[in-house]
Amino acid sequence: MATRSKDRPSPPAGLAVETSDTAALLRELVAHLRQNRTQLREEWARRITRAQLLTAMTEAEIFAEATSVYDNYVEALETGTFEALQAYARNLSERIIPRGVETHEVVGIVLLLRDVLARSLFAKYHEDFDKLNRILDAYEPAANRVANTVAVGFVQERERIIRQQQEAIRELSTPVLQVRERLLILPIIGVIDPQRARQLTEQLLRAIRTNRAKVVVIDITGVAAMDSNVANHLVQTVEASRLLGGTVIVTGLSPEIAQTLVTIGVDLSEMATVGDLQGGIEEAERLLGYKVVPLEELAPKA
Amino acid sequence: MEVPILKQGQYLIASIQSALTDADLSQLREALVERVGRFRARGVIVDVTALDVMDSFAVRTLRDIAHMARLRGAETVIVGIQPEVAFAMVQLGLTLKGVATALDLEEGLAFLDGVARERIERGQGRVDRA
Repeated sequence: MATRSKDRPSPPAGLAVETSDTAALLRELVAHLRQNRTQLREEWARRITRAQLLTAMTEAEIFAEATSVYDNYVEALETGTFEALQAYARNLSERIIPRGVETHEVVGIVLLLRDVLARSLFAKYHEDFDKLNRILDAYEPAANRVANTVAVGFVQERERIIRQQQEAIRELSTPVLQVRERLLILPIIGVIDPQRARQLTEQLLRAIRTNRAKVVVIDITGVAAMDSNVANHLVQTVEASRLLGGTVIVTGLSPEIAQTLVTIGVDLSEMATVGDLQGGIEEAERLLGYKVVPLEELAPKA
Repeated sequence: MEVPILKQGQYLIASIQSALTDADLSQLREALVERVGRFRARGVIVDVTALDVMDSFAVRTLRDIAHMARLRGAETVIVGIQPEVAFAMVQLGLTLKGVATALDLEEGLAFLDGVARERIERGQGRVDRA
């Protein structure tokens, strides 16, 4: 930036524009893109359809998005600031990710736009090869950066959504519920991986402590399959709970899981198991000294 | 550091206040086993709430205390194991098999009272527990 002279209008900030010559070329380029906006936009949208990108969207939608992307693109070239484009890319990603648009499609359309624009530059300057070269020198770094910004924006948004969902699943996946004073139930649903198993145990042990639980019913009706790792983890959870003074009852072992466990030889002799959740809770109540009685039996006989 | 041993009715309560060396643990074991006889105690509570690490020697000593005290006529219960400690112990395979555990001192006392009641109901001086 040291070469910039004082009397000229300052070139766009943030862009790799080193000389005022480049700035002038970029201005010319932007003017060209503005002039041919309609035609280039249409050409781009056509090529997107032809390349069978963005198949999840209708043609009208593609054209509408193409227009916004195009305008943002030109604006980024003109101002050399990418914040607006970044924000737009994020916003766009937020809208199209739920519709199943893939990374390769987004990268593909941005590269297509780059090609379409470059073609139009070839067409315009093909008689002045030297000028074409200089225009391309100014255009290419900026165009690359635009493509980069959009692609990175898309991927970041995707990753953010994935992280958010993982977090949500993790929070949802380990509810420890108190059904009665000193009685907790822990329904497990879905696949148990080592990380989740660990989290589950930690949460359960903490809950035993805070709720002063004496009996815990772990219901695994919702667990489709179990391997020796998970089974061993379950045994460890039972033992750790016992160290805190809690008795664990496991319920809802499916026939498949029962067969697997016996076949692979996991030692479950230390574990109290009951057929279903209802039986488990009844057993737990018995251990705690409760008995559920119909109200009529309590009513004084006339 | 010596572990204070308190007498509360028929029970002895050893409350560990800080990390113990192996020598301290051995000393605690000897003191407890000796006092079970001296005070004719029916129950022993070892409170480990303050411990945030439990190594194999500590676990073995606790187990030994429980078995030795049982031979001398007292039931032992370990109380106050922290969740993280419990998890680490289990992963190391130190599960205190055959030793009663409870959440805290209150639970431990309730457990020992329960054992005492059972003894009276069965009309026997000793109860064998798995």
